[in-house]
Order: sequence, then structure tokens, then C-alpha cells
Amino acid sequence: MAQMDSKTPKGSLSEKWTNHKSNINLVSPANKRLIDVIVVGTGLAGASASATLAELGYNVKTFCFQDSPRRAHSIAAQGGINAAKNYQGDGDSTHRLFYDTIKGGDYRSREGNVHRLAEVSANIIDQCVAQGVPFARDYGGLLDNRSFGGVLVSRTFYAKGQTGQQLLLGAYSAMNRQIGRGKIKMYNRHEMMDLVLVNGKARGIITRNLVNGKLERHSAHAVVIASGGYGNVFFLSTNAMGSNVTAAWKIHKKGAHFANPCFTQIHPTCIPVSGDHQSKLTLMSESLRNDGRIWVPKNIEDVKSIREGSLNPTHINEENRDYYLERRYPAFGNLVPRDVASRAAKERCDEGYGVNKTGEAVYLDFSSAIERYGKEEAHVKGLNEEDKPLINKLGQKIIRSKYGNLFQMYEKIVDQDPYETPMMIYPAVHYTMGGVWVDYNLMTSIPGCYAIGEANFSDHGANRLGASALMQGLADGYFVLPYTIGDYLSEDIRTGKISIDTPEFIKAEEEVRVRLAKFIYNKGENSVDYYHRKLGKIMWDKCGMSRNAKELKEAMSEIKILRKDFYENVRVPGGLDEFNEELAKAGRVADFLELGELFAKDALERTESCGGHFREESQTPEGEALRDDKFFNFVSAWEYKGEPSDATLRKEMLYYEEIEVKTRSYK
Amino acid sequence: MTLSSIARKVAMALSGLFLVFFLAQHFTINLTSVFSEEMFNSISHFMGTNPLVQFILQPVLIFGVVFHFVMGFILEIKNNKARTNNYESYKGSENANWMSRNMIFSGLAILSFLVLHFYDFWVPEMNYKYIEVLPDDPNRYYGELVHKFQSPYRVVFYSISFVFLALHLFHGFSSAFQSVGFNNKFMIGVKKFTIAFSFIIPLGFVFIAIFHHLNG
Amino acid sequence: MNLTLKIWRQSNSESKGKMVEYPISDVSPDMSFLEMMDFLNGRLINKGEEPVAFDHDCREGICGMCSMFINGEAHGPDRLVTTCQLHMRKFKDGETITIEPFRANAFPVIKDLVVDRSSFDRIQQAGGFVSVNTSGNTQDANSIPIEKYDADRAFDAATCIGCGACVASCKNASAMLFVAAKVSQFSLLPQGKIEATDRVRNMVKQMDEEGFGNCTNTGACEVECPKGISLENIARMNREYISTLFKS
Repeated sequence: MAQMDSKTPKGSLSEKWTNHKSNINLVSPANKRLIDVIVVGTGLAGASASATLAELGYNVKTFCFQDSPRRAHSIAAQGGINAAKNYQGDGDSTHRLFYDTIKGGDYRSREGNVHRLAEVSANIIDQCVAQGVPFARDYGGLLDNRSFGGVLVSRTFYAKGQTGQQLLLGAYSAMNRQIGRGKIKMYNRHEMMDLVLVNGKARGIITRNLVNGKLERHSAHAVVIASGGYGNVFFLSTNAMGSNVTAAWKIHKKGAHFANPCFTQIHPTCIPVSGDHQSKLTLMSESLRNDGRIWVPKNIEDVKSIREGSLNPTHINEENRDYYLERRYPAFGNLVPRDVASRAAKERCDEGYGVNKTGEAVYLDFSSAIERYGKEEAHVKGLNEEDKPLINKLGQKIIRSKYGNLFQMYEKIVDQDPYETPMMIYPAVHYTMGGVWVDYNLMTSIPGCYAIGEANFSDHGANRLGASALMQGLADGYFVLPYTIGDYLSEDIRTGKISIDTPEFIKAEEEVRVRLAKFIYNKGENSVDYYHRKLGKIMWDKCGMSRNAKELKEAMSEIKILRKDFYENVRVPGGLDEFNEELAKAGRVADFLELGELFAKDALERTESCGGHFREESQTPEGEALRDDKFFNFVSAWEYKGEPSDATLRKEMLYYEEIEVKTRSYK
Repeated sequence: MTLSSIARKVAMALSGLFLVFFLAQHFTINLTSVFSEEMFNSISHFMGTNPLVQFILQPVLIFGVVFHFVMGFILEIKNNKARTNNYESYKGSENANWMSRNMIFSGLAILSFLVLHFYDFWVPEMNYKYIEVLPDDPNRYYGELVHKFQSPYRVVFYSISFVFLALHLFHGFSSAFQSVGFNNKFMIGVKKFTIAFSFIIPLGFVFIAIFHHLNG
Repeated sequence: MNLTLKIWRQSNSESKGKMVEYPISDVSPDMSFLEMMDFLNGRLINKGEEPVAFDHDCREGICGMCSMFINGEAHGPDRLVTTCQLHMRKFKDGETITIEPFRANAFPVIKDLVVDRSSFDRIQQAGGFVSVNTSGNTQDANSIPIEKYDADRAFDAATCIGCGACVASCKNASAMLFVAAKVSQFSLLPQGKIEATDRVRNMVKQMDEEGFGNCTNTGACEVECPKGISLENIARMNREYISTLFKS
């Protein structure tokens, strides 16, 4: 079994990227006009890549399934974007950002890629400001920073709780400029259905126009997949309803290896599930943990009374509350990394201390912060610091100015006032560190096929730090891919236009048509959502926050059975050649049903605990995650062999030249 | 019209502001009739015979009125064309006041009033001065005014029209500021002023009509 | 809860649509409006009927894709929310709810409640950007300080999600608030000032070509905007536009 070659350039870590850029092949401006590039997806990575490639002179065709590129789910990112600018003068540097990211990722990411990410991070901020992104500023008119979980410096740039929106609109505007100039041809409401290979190279895609159902062939000299993560395999997640793995999975089936599928980030602070009708989960920014304290009642009787509605949590005394994060991790307290906080919440709820009717919620309480801020404010204004109602009012005002929009969102959804009663939160699937395997140039194992942003696996290892997803998406799209793709395309300057009338395209289109027709003519009895919910439940129960061999094996066989049932009994109303949301969903769920099994297989194979992946068999006596660097210091890249359970594992060994591999401790 | 939507809107605002100014001036002159017959006659005579007023300002005013109306109709037609499939249920009152949504109707009411007003005052006036060329009589104006308000029907119609004028002004006056790009911290004050104006002036006209009806 | 839904059904852009009534029972007050629609669709599919098509994606009020006109108002009766964040507890048991697509000739219906808002994209393409290359070789982000007050107002304008509620609510189907939000964001920032003249001219021209109505300052857009974009932005755009009349 050959190992995967990351093609990371030689030389010292801090010079790899600079040297690489100087040495790779380029395409002359005159020749760029002769080359077409397809980009699938318009999130931060896809939009920024499209804009930059078009600006360089390539002919770009960009696709998104939404009605406008601006809808991509990057827009929902709240907290911020990291960059090693050191504007605060608190000791930040490229190396420190690089180190924090590797450590946060529990030593399962590729050193060369992460260092490059840290190097280009500062350019992102310059770029975005030049584009008119309205980042938060201080009274001197300079950019403001906030701090985020798991690090010791303030390097996070933000735009209130809507950083993702502002960055995406910036990339969208850069794209619009190129669309206006005719350099990008934009295809809205188009879904990629398959990749077309010609002589082993990625040469085009088959798409379905979601408005009229027509299948279309599109050719190019290279194909870039920027279709995001696959968190929706859990059905309930903080992803958008349409977020899917289809583009990534189709290229996997055509030969791109899929890396670390089991590395999933479960975010600790989301609004809990309220009932079976729930369609998605809503995130409450990590920044809330700066001021909120997480607790459950100490006594099980109190839990029961709360669930019955006979006890108000504000009436429980301090000594009867269990601030379990502060108890277990005195050094980091409520600010432990996401994976640790999530597991701790699950542990309490599994013990029966969950505080809502489903037993899956813990409190995030702002009363101490309100009191603290209120007293500070009263002191500054020279008011009576003993006046309780006044202190409360002043404190609430400060909290409102910091988190007003989040509190309002909570109130709309849960119908409770979080200023008066503690918020209820529970972990939810949020981000997938795993994805399509790519080399240092972001090329997948298919020549000419690239994957960027959350769709690839590259930079976050086994756990992503807050505010790093936006950084990676934009780094890939603005500053990495546009350079590295030239290295490949330089050999294509004499290829000429790729015909879409070749047997490869005709065959690929026909295969898609047959696949879709099968759904339509399959007069089954269950809706697509029925299967998606069932898959989600298997994933959450058996491949969720903590995993063991027995359940993972069960998950694999249950998913296999479910998939068979799906193909036999799914009902898709409507026709092929029309707007048909159910048909689109059926195609996506079919791919989730395969990915889910590979996910479980990967989790089963990796018997260590690391980052977001916790194996119950691998823990310390205190119940903390136990990593196994001797046997698992590698990236699992899965090669498609038909059934997901038959996928073969190919390893990319991880080498750390600059960093000493240590155990993470937050005690 | 080849003007852009914003240019049309600005033109509407500027002509509207001009008419508001005219209204204030007209009101001031009329008000003098309540206090002093002599003063009213002398101002009216000046306005009626001064060539600057008669041959420059009067045509400008007429152009302003006609322009404001024509543009209003054009906008209304264009706006209706922007949504030809109407809603089954549309609760306009939930998010905007009646005045702002019905400028075309209050405008039409004002137009019908203007027709009467021209018939009452302007046509006889033109007839007197330029067609029959009757002898100049600087003291005839007050009498004509009082005479017109003898009919209770006319007073009622006149009063109702001014209610529509008030409604039209209520939205139109402050809205004109927004249209020309004026919306800042002074807007609250401007809004208060325009609202006061839009009730005081029309009520004042109604008061003058009733005053002369009762005292005539 | 038991409800009667009156929903606009139209099979494609060419066909004539009509309102169809659907009684629905066992709706939970904790459902979001779109979850209620999912619930209805699940039942329709089980009965072998075609589900109601509607646009939606993020379901947390930020992507701007959901677009229903509910009981005579864009995004329904609640304020400062999109349809996906509207919850059924805002309605009464036994109520009849009218659900229509956003209507404007510039937003043609694609199917049922799904409309085509690409006119918004085209307006942005006409000038909703700063012409700076994405090379990363720009000057340092802190080289031009920006007054906090202006930066904050630029941000407030930039929070527009492009949902089209302003157009849907306006009796004239005017897109002024949407266009003004983008024009304002850039005109408040030094980076955007350089192209301000061309931007406002081109965007307004495109807006007019798309067939949106004229602004008559009713203020309905501001009230119905899920992000609370202020009318001040329209005044600012008017100002910007008037100033271009004096430039060649």
C-alpha cells in the first residue's frame, strides 16, 4: 500500500511557500485567455478563487445551487477571522498562529500547509479592508480585535456577530466585478451531478439546472471543488439545509481520495433540539463563553422539578449548582476548546442532569457577568453598588451591547428571555475537518481536480480553532490556489477548447440521467427526509461525540441496510425536467448514505482519541482523550472501491520538523 | 420620460416644495382678509396687476402645478406596472400610513378642488382683466371673496378639499426632504415642523372660508 | 394547533397560478414557519401530492434565501425576522394563513413560492464593488483609519441580506432600500469613495432597467426589513445621486 505523497516542497518551514511560489510553472497572460476553469461552490473559498482566477485572466465558470452566490453558508459564520497581524502588540506572530493551529488540531494536520496559512493570513485582512469590508474599529479608527477560545493572544478580526456575512459579501463583490467584466460566467441554481474525466484528467462536470431540470455539460481545463463540508450527514447540524457532500463525493467516486471523514467538530453552544419537527440547529457564538458560565443542578431532584416546570433555575442556590467545566478544568474553565466543552456537556446529560424536556441541554448563565458589569458600571458612574435592580439594569445593558443580536435570536427561537433566565445550550455538529484529500498544491488525487475551503481536509487536523475556517477559506481562494493551479495549467496552453461532445461527456451525462430517473420511477412510500432523519439519528447516536468499536460496527451495518431500503422505497414526487426540490434532495441524501458508512469505517479504524474524535477505548483514567502518536500519526486517505465498506486506506504520514508533539492539557 | 427613477423623485420633491412655498404665501395673503379689508385689497391688487407676478411668477406656478400633477400620474402608472400580479392579501397599513400610500387619491381630490378654484377665482379674474378688460378697481377683491363663500355647499366642498390637502402635505412635505437627500439628526425637527404645517395651513384656509361665510 | 393554509400554487413560470387551501393539524407552536411547511410537505408527499416549493437555506436568518409573503406581509407579522425565524407561536389556533410568493415584475415566479431574484445580482454586478485586485498586494489594513461612527454605519448598511422583502413590501415594488444599502456602505468608507460617482449611476440605471418601481417614501421597506436597514440610506443614495448630476 503506497503512501500518499503530499508534495510538500523541501527546505525550511518558513521558506517553503516563498520558494515554491518562485519555482512553480506559470501561465503567461496571453495563454490564460485560452484556459477555462470550473469552480463549484461560492462560499468564501469558491467566491474568492473565482474572482482571483478571473482577474488573473482565466475564463471562469462558477456554479452554485442557491439562487445567488451570496447565499453560500459561509455567510452564517459569526465570530471572526484570525490573522497574525499583531496589531494589539501582544506577542502574536506567524509562528504563533501556526503553532496554535497545529496544537488546536491535536497534531493531526500537515505542517507545511498550516504554516502557509499563517503566512498569508495577514494579507487577507489587507485585502478585505481594501474591498470595503466594514470590520469593527476602535475609537482611534483602527481595526479592533477580540480573543477566541484556546489561544493566548487577541488576533481575531470581526464585524459584530456577522463576520462571515461581511467577508462573503466582500468576496461576492469581487466576483460581481468579474461577472460584470464577463470574465466569470455565473450559473445560479445549478447543481454539480458528476465529474467528467478525459484521459484520467478532470475536464468538466455535468450539472443539473434546478429551475428546469435540464442536464448540461460543461468543460474546462481544471475543476475546483469548493462545496463546503458534510455536517448534514447528521441531518441536524448548524449547516444550511442545502449544504451537501455531493460534489466532493462524486469526485471521490471518480478517484479522489477522501481524508479523515470522521474528524467532525461538534460545537458546544447551540440551541437545543425542541422536538421531532426540528429541521436544523442554530449556533450561539463561541464568544458567549467569555461571559457565560455553564452549569447543571447538583441534585437530580432539582433536575426533575425543572423538567416538570415547577422549579425556576434562577431559584437554585449557588451551592446546588455544578459548574462542571470550572470544576474539571480549573485553568481554562468555561473557555476550554470546543471538543472538550462538548464532551463534558454530553457527560452530564448522559448522567441524567440535562435540564430540558428531552434531557439534552445545559445552562449557559450570564447572571454573574451581568452583576459584575453592573457593579463596574455603577462604580464608574458613582452610583449605589448595592442597589440590585440598578446593577441588573446596568449589567444587562453591557451584555446587550456585546451580544444583543445573539440574545434576540435566542429569544425568537426559544421564547425565553436570556437576560432573565439562563440560556439552554447543547452541542451540535458544526464543521467537518475531514474532506477531500489534497496535496500541497490543493490538488486532489485526480489530476486537474482541486478542492479548497472546508471541502478539503488540509489545515485543521482533528479539531479546528474558532475563527480559523474563514481564514482558511479565503487563504485557499485568494492566495494559494490561484498560484498553484498555474503549475498544472502551464501544460495545457496548447490543449485548446475541450469539446463537450466526446464519449466521456455523453456517457457521464447519460449515467446521471439514469440515476435520477430511477428516483422518479421508484414509486416507493417514504420521503427523502424520512431516510435523512434516520441516517442522522444513526450518525448522532453511534458516530457522535464519543464513539466505540461496537457501535461503529453497528452504524456501518445499519447505514448499509438503510441505503438499500432507500433505493427500494424512497418516493420522489414530480418529474425530471422541472423544478423538483425532492429530486435534488434525493441525490444529496444518496451520497450522504454512502459517506456515512465511510465515516463510521474511518472512526472505527482510528482507535485513538484525538481532537473531535473521541474513542471510549482510548481515554485516561480521568476520562480525558488519549492520543496515540505511535500508531496514528497519519492522515487517513480513503480510496473508493465500490461499496464504502470496501474502501482502502492509504496513509499520509505526518512529519513535524518545527514542532514538538505534546499532549494537550487544559486542566 | 427618460429621467432615472431618482431624478423623477427629486423633480417631484422640488416641485412639491415650490408648491408648499406658494401655499404659505397664498395663505398669508388670505389671512389678511380676516383682519383688514384694506390690506387684503391692496395686496391682491398688487398681485393681480404687477407684471412680474402676472407674467413671470404666475406661469411658473402654473407650470409647477401641471408638472407636479403630470409627474405624479406618470409615477403612479410606472409604479403600478412594477407589480402587475397583485397580492391576494396585502396589509399595507401594517407598515406604512394611509397618507403615504394614497398620495394619488389625495392628489386627485386636490386637483378637483383646483378645477373649482380656477372656475371660481382665476377664470373670472382672467375674464375681468384680459378678455373684457374692465376698468381697474383696486377695492373689488374683498367683496368678491366674501361673495364666493356665501354658498354653504361651496364652503363644505372647500373644507373637505383642505382635509385632503392636509393629508397630502402630511406625507409629501417631509417626504420631499428625504427625496432630496436630507435625512440626518435635524430630521426629527423637520418632521415636526412639516406635520404642524400640514395641519395648520389647511385648517387656516378652512377657518377663513367659514369666517367669511358666517360674517358675510 | 390546527390551521388553514391558503398557499399560492403555480407549476412553472409560464403557467397561471391559484390559491389552494390546505387544512393542517397538530402543528407545534415551537415549530419555525418553515418547519411547519416541511411538515405540510411531508404529508403531501405521503398522500402522493406534489410538495409546495419554497426557497430556504441557512434557516438562521442570514442567507436571505427564504422569501414568503405571509398574511399580507413580507416574512410575516413578526418584526426583524426572516420567515425561517418566524415561529408558529405568533399565530392563533384555528387561524387561516395566506402564503404568497414575493411579488414584483422584477421577481418572476419560478414555481409556487419560489421567485427569481437575479435582478438583485445584476444590480450588484453593475457597480456594487470596489475595483481592487485580489492580489493581496494592497496597503496595510490599518493605513487608513476610519472614524468608528462611519465604520459602524457602513456595517449597519452592509448587513442587508438581499432577501427582497423591501421590494415585496413596497406598494411600488421599489428596490431603493436594497440598492441604497450597498451604495451607502461604500460611500461611507474611504475605499469606496473613489468610484462613488460611477457606482451610484450604474447601479441606479440597472435598477431602473430591471423594472422596479419608484420610491415614494412610504417607509414600508424599513419596517419590514428583517435587518432593520434604515431609510437614511435611501436619503444618502439620493444625495449621492444628485451630486453626480453635477459631474460629467
